[in-house]
Order: sequence, then structure tokens, then C-alpha cells
Amino acid sequence: MRSGSNLEKVLEAGHFAVTCELGPPKGADGEEVRELARLLKGNVDAANVTDNQTAVVRMSSIGAARLMLDEGLEPVMQMVTRDRNRIAIQSDILGAAAMGIKNVLCLTGDHQSLGNNPQAKSVWDIDSLQQLAMLKAMRDEGVDAVGEELKRSPEIFLGAAANPFGDPTSFRVTRLAKKITAGADFIQTQVIYDVARYEEWMEEARDRGLLDKVHVMGGIVPLKSAGAAKYMQKMVAGIYVPDEVVKRMKAAEKGKKEGRKIALELIEQLRTVKGNHGVHIMAIMWEKLIPKLTEEAGLLPRPKV
Amino acid sequence: MITGDRKPLEEIAAMVEGFERVLILGCGTCVTVCMAGGEREAEETALALRLRGRERGVSREIWYANVERQCDEEFLQEAVDHVARADVVVSLACGCGVQHMVTVFPDLIVYPGLNTTFMGVTEELGVWAERCLGCGDCVLERTGGVCPITRCSKSLLNGPCGGSADGACEVDKTIPCGWQLIIDRLEAIGQLQRLDEVLPPKDWSKSHSGGPRFRIREDVRGTDDVEEGAQ
Repeated sequence: MRSGSNLEKVLEAGHFAVTCELGPPKGADGEEVRELARLLKGNVDAANVTDNQTAVVRMSSIGAARLMLDEGLEPVMQMVTRDRNRIAIQSDILGAAAMGIKNVLCLTGDHQSLGNNPQAKSVWDIDSLQQLAMLKAMRDEGVDAVGEELKRSPEIFLGAAANPFGDPTSFRVTRLAKKITAGADFIQTQVIYDVARYEEWMEEARDRGLLDKVHVMGGIVPLKSAGAAKYMQKMVAGIYVPDEVVKRMKAAEKGKKEGRKIALELIEQLRTVKGNHGVHIMAIMWEKLIPKLTEEAGLLPRPKV
Repeated sequence: MITGDRKPLEEIAAMVEGFERVLILGCGTCVTVCMAGGEREAEETALALRLRGRERGVSREIWYANVERQCDEEFLQEAVDHVARADVVVSLACGCGVQHMVTVFPDLIVYPGLNTTFMGVTEELGVWAERCLGCGDCVLERTGGVCPITRCSKSLLNGPCGGSADGACEVDKTIPCGWQLIIDRLEAIGQLQRLDEVLPPKDWSKSHSGGPRFRIREDVRGTDDVEEGAQ
């Protein structure tokens, strides 16, 4: 065990893991996080807590993660390299580990020009791969970025994101390989609507021997409306929404119901993809759906490990 | 070259408000090439300021001059007569030129007429593009001659990020993804395997992060006759 986190135990025991996302509030009300944590607890193995996602200022992921722990929901603390240099990253990881946070997802982060503080100075002292390598060395070798000994290593399960549909297509599996080399223990993918194309990507990863070294969890985004599907298709970089999905959402009488149905179908399909070890359900601002969706998908009760 | 954009006329007019004798000083090197602050732009700026003053019934002396390089004292001294007559100088050089004028003429008031933008190239007539951030530790041999520090909006050494789509950057569809350019270029020259390696964190102490930088060549330091000797 690298961290002893619930997520690590579930994955290592060979269960089909389930994670979801919790978006911290734009404000200092801890009760909002606690309430969401109580809602999600028991329905997932761990929940990601986003780090100023889309570069919009919110409660910190480290603070929200601690509140989740208080409520008994295991956090996967997301950490982007956009806003912190290597000094702050190492320091925050030591603080997070000391507070009991055991899963960290390393991300580059959306550019601040997409958020609500486009005037901000960007940091990107290191990228997400260098962040993975640095945190792995802190955990496994007990040293910081300059090789100085840590009195106690942070025991963290290291995650990274991957996009099976991102550009340049020919480079995507190489990028996954690099994330594994750098230190990723688990991967949560970008949203999948085309399982066949996801399978091709997984097959290439398997052929290159990558899947023995890492747990890959497929990403799911339940759609609320045809408009949302269309928006994701046209406006969000790196997301692939097939036309059939948009058509289905348009034809549906109730968008949310159809979105849920599509999500259930996708979860079912992902369970059969060789090497896919779980699902990561991203339903930000629609967290209420998670208990129902996991129930309907037959993912409950979550294993006790 | 170093590029810049001339500041809006109103901003320059507000800076020189209340001064009687205003010199607009162009620079004959980089900012001439990028058509931002050369002799022609100095003339245009002086003319526009004069017209603006005339419309408002303000009478003041506004003229222009140009030197080869404002970042070089030798050339700045050529403007000494102009400078002596002026109450204020609006320099159309880059920020280096403005600061060097203040150093060479400590009693002079010098204001910037340009917003200095970047180190770049002329992509086509009328289009300039950023190419170098002067990080002090060049990696171009690893990335097919395309700079990840400058041309990736996030300066990633192990890109591309998830925001790369159809060859464009997530910041703006008109910005080519720097990492797409790198991959295309390495593929074209048969060096794609270079990207299998995870590049370690950069030593930013060699950049401005290490403080303002100096470059010293002790062998020529303080020997004024070097240039003459070469001639």
C-alpha cells in the first residue's frame, strides 16, 4: 500500500471503483461542503474535490477536503500547477497529508484567461508530470524537490487525468505512458461518450504494457439537456460528444431523464472494457444525482475494504 | 526583435500635459522594423499631438528626432542637442531605451510612448509574433526548434495539456497549440522519440525569477577602444 486510502484499497482489491466530483462553494460556508459530503458518503469510494476549476475562485480544495474527511467522505484532492510554484505545492502536500488527505490528483489546470481573474499572473513553475514525479519522490524516497530528507513522507495515492479523445490523437497514449512513468497510480479520464473509441485507446495502452502499472477509471458526465450536450460538443476543448448523443438529447421529452439513461448505459459499457477499473462521475451542480445513479447502475453498496 | 505598440495618443497627451517643449524620440532598430516607434512613427506622433493641441488652443513646441539605438549611450549622445532643448521626452523605444535615457541623462524627464510587448519575429508584413521569453536556459534542441516556454500558453515542458484541440490553444482558437507545433515538427524531422522522456522541472533561477540579470565579459569590460579597434 502506498497510501492506505480507501480508493487505493478498493482498486487494489480488484473492485470496480466509483468516484465523483464535489465542487467547493464560492464562499466560506463549510456547511455547504459538509452537506454535499453527507449526500455522497456511502455512494462512492472517494470524491474528487476540484481546485478552482475553470480558473474561477472558490473555496480551496485542501480546505474542502478536510471538511469532507470530517464527514467521513474520502477526498481526492485535486491540485493544479497553475496557481502554485514548487514551494507551495510541496508545502500544501505536507499539510494535506498531515490532515489525513490520502489521494491527490495532479493537474495542469485551465488557463486563467478562461476564468474570472484573467488579469492574474500565471505560475506553472512545473507541469502536472513534474508534479507527479516530485510527489512520488516525496512519498517513496522521503525527499523534497531538492533531495533534502523529509521527517515523514506524505502517504498519498497519486492520480492523473488522461484524455483518450484529445489532440494530437497520435500522442495521447504516449502522454499516458509519461504520466505513469512520472508516478501516476491511478488515472481518471476525460468524459467518454464513445466507448468504442475509448476501447481503442485502452487497447493501445494495453499493447504497450501500460495497464499493468496503473488503474484507469473512465469519466462520465451525465447530461442535463440537449443544450448542454451541444455546448460541450462545440465549446469545450478536448471533449468529444458524438452527434448521436446530441440527437438523442434533442429528441428526448425530458432532458435530465435521458441524460441519466445515457449515463447508465455508459457505465454499463465501461464495466466491460478490459483494463477499465472504475468510473469517475462528474456531475458538478448536480451532485444529488449520484446516489440515484449509483443505485440504478447497481454500483451499491460500495465495498468495505 | 523587440516589439511594441504605441500607447494611445490620449495617454501620451495626458503625460506631457503642462510641459512647454516636448521631444518625441524614435528608435532606429527593433521598433522601427516592427513599425511601432521609428522615425516615421515619431513624426506621426508629433504631428498628431500638435494637431490635438491646436484643436484645444494649446500652444507648445512639439518636435521629433530619431537615434539609431536608444539602448546604447553612444547613439543617445547624438540626440544631446535635442534633449537639452526639451522639458520632456516621449521615447518611442522599448522599455530598455526609456530606462537607458534616464540613466544617460539623469536630469531629464522621459516618458514611455510605447507599451513594449515581446521578443519576436515578423510572420508576414504587418504581423509579428512572440518567439522567446529569454528564460536563460534554451531547450530548442529538444523540441524541434519550437519553444515550449514561449509558444505554450502554460509554458509546459511536458505538453500538450488537455485544452489542445484541432491544433489550437484553449486560450484562443487563433493561437496555435505550441505542443502540436512541437510534435508536428519532431515528427517531420524523425525525432518524435525525444518526447518519450519526462523533462525535469526547469531551473527558473536562470530567468528573471533569479532577479534582474547582468551579462559580464571581463575580457572586454571597461575597454572603450574595443569598437574602435575593430573598425
